[in-house]
Amino acid sequence: MVIRIRDITKVYRVGVEQIRALDGVSVDVDRNEYVAVMGTSGSGKSTLMNILGCLDRPSSGTYELDGRLTTRMGAAALANVRNERIGFVFQSFELMPRLTALRNVELPMIYSPSGWWGRTKRAREALTTVGLADRMSHRPNQLSGGQKQRVAIARALVNRPAILLADEPTGNLDSRTSDEILALFEELHRGGQTIIMVTHEADVARHARRIIRMRDGRIVSDLPSGQDAASLAARAGVISTSTPDLTAADAKPQAAGVGA
Amino acid sequence: MSALLRAPLALLVIAYQSAFLALSQIWANKLRSILTTFGIIIGVAAVTAVVAALSGLKKSVLTEFETFGTNKIFIFPRSPENEGRRRNWADDKIRFKPEDFEGMLEHCPSIARFTRICSYNGTLQKGRVTDQNVEVTGIEPAWHQIESRTVVMGRPFTLIDNEHARPVCIINDKAQAKLRLGRDPIGDSILINGRRFVVVGLLESRTDASMFIGRETSSEVFVPFNTSRLTPRMPLICIAATKSPEFTDEAKAELTFFMRKKRHLRVSDENNFGVDAVEQFVREFNTVATAMTMVAAGIVGISLLVGGVGIMNIMLVSVSERTREIGLRKAVGARPSAILFQFLIEATILCLMGGLVGLIVGQGLTTAMASIPQAKLDKAYIPGWAVALSFGFSAAVGLIFGMFPAIKAARLDPIDALRHE
Repeated sequence: MVIRIRDITKVYRVGVEQIRALDGVSVDVDRNEYVAVMGTSGSGKSTLMNILGCLDRPSSGTYELDGRLTTRMGAAALANVRNERIGFVFQSFELMPRLTALRNVELPMIYSPSGWWGRTKRAREALTTVGLADRMSHRPNQLSGGQKQRVAIARALVNRPAILLADEPTGNLDSRTSDEILALFEELHRGGQTIIMVTHEADVARHARRIIRMRDGRIVSDLPSGQDAASLAARAGVISTSTPDLTAADAKPQAAGVGA
Repeated sequence: MSALLRAPLALLVIAYQSAFLALSQIWANKLRSILTTFGIIIGVAAVTAVVAALSGLKKSVLTEFETFGTNKIFIFPRSPENEGRRRNWADDKIRFKPEDFEGMLEHCPSIARFTRICSYNGTLQKGRVTDQNVEVTGIEPAWHQIESRTVVMGRPFTLIDNEHARPVCIINDKAQAKLRLGRDPIGDSILINGRRFVVVGLLESRTDASMFIGRETSSEVFVPFNTSRLTPRMPLICIAATKSPEFTDEAKAELTFFMRKKRHLRVSDENNFGVDAVEQFVREFNTVATAMTMVAAGIVGISLLVGGVGIMNIMLVSVSERTREIGLRKAVGARPSAILFQFLIEATILCLMGGLVGLIVGQGLTTAMASIPQAKLDKAYIPGWAVALSFGFSAAVGLIFGMFPAIKAARLDPIDALRHE
């Protein structure tokens, strides 16, 4: 298991009121899974994402990432975990405006002494992987939205993370560019990358192999995407615009993965 | 790579990265950076200019002291301080008698030589040409060595000149010119207060001891000491030279003891004379210069404080402007210490650049000062320690005032930071 979460709660205190953003969540994610976390705002999906990304610590419960218990780590140790094992992709890309694409992709490696040497070479490789070999010296304002998100994905991948965490990765993109990004995720998934994606769009979530639905801080369903009602409906509705390689052929491996 | 090597290496890497980042930040906000560092620039420029001026002043004053002679000790009559009425120094009890100094060399082993000096105003006359209000100084032969002034023409005084109180004199080139004497005035006779003197020697005017003598441009006439005593009741002083400047304190003690004995002072009596060494003036000057440096340092400290507050302010603005950037850096794995380090380095580089500009401005001020001829600051220069101090202070200001914003940045919660608009 890459991720093993047991009975996690997260309680926020607003004035005298206590808000349980997560209320006893347990979830396992295996290597090379492609998971979408869905839910309305306030469902706790963002909180779960933050905890999965080691940006936040749960109030109770345990979280093992790649066999390591992260729940009791300090800020510096968590930073190291984020650096080495987690790649983030954000809705608004979060690129440094003054740095070129290449320098942006190098960013995680300047915080890891082992990645420092040869960081440019690895950044180039990552940019080539996402199909931006010819845009390396461009600054973010010279890139389109889709290209910016590709740079961000290259940055997330450059330290070869155990999991890729994508928070509404297509939220700021038009539908055609969204499809490009989702196709890239698909490609990465086939290459063995574990991907966890938070989205509220069923149309996006159905590209994943497994869909976790949340409401009021709890998991309400955890099904292969072939069995998830809403994503099936979405697939039926927009079948003409979806990528052709994402149809019936995928059903079998997902079913096996969830059963395990 | 061993774990032991990793931590310092990581720090170096981040320092290197931060320095580049800081430079690009400063470059991107050029105007803001200049305005922010204004306090530092002014502080450093002020301190370097003041230090340069003081160093230059010190150098030129010490040079003057040196020409004047640092091994000289003045012995002069002075009424005891606690006596109600200050007595005239020509008063019988206070003033020196020529025989007061007899036997000084035997009793004061630190003293190499001495000369009694007796000076009065006189009028010089040669034919119809007169030179009024000239200081006529009676000296002994040792004077030439003590003042290191030998004649450029003719001869110095001899013991015989003194013993026989011969009517001979030595003049300087100013007197020579004033009296319109020929190129070789030796053997000419002139009148001093109506008495006839033969010129036996010619001295060059001293030019660089201006600070003390202050009459480099005027005429000087020297006569043998005993000759000058022919005019009765003229006050006299004594100048002694120590064997070396290091013996100043011993020499002063010996002289005080000797003079007290000679003047028959009892144990309860206060000194009715003064013993002052040139070396002492140097020390006093150094004390004053140090005090002035301290005052300057205090003023500069205040301006650096103000500059530091400016730095802190702009760093706080920078932290809040770049909250999202900080959040992202944390998300991709920057440890809090790395963020702290980054902002500290940025503040420090900002201050160091202010310090550099300040030094350049200070050098400009120094050059400007040195070019003012009346200011006597032509020797003004910025000593190496002032340069080091300027940079040290600038860096310290950056570190101290950058600390709070940097801690603020390092403590930011990555989730809040990424959500920041």
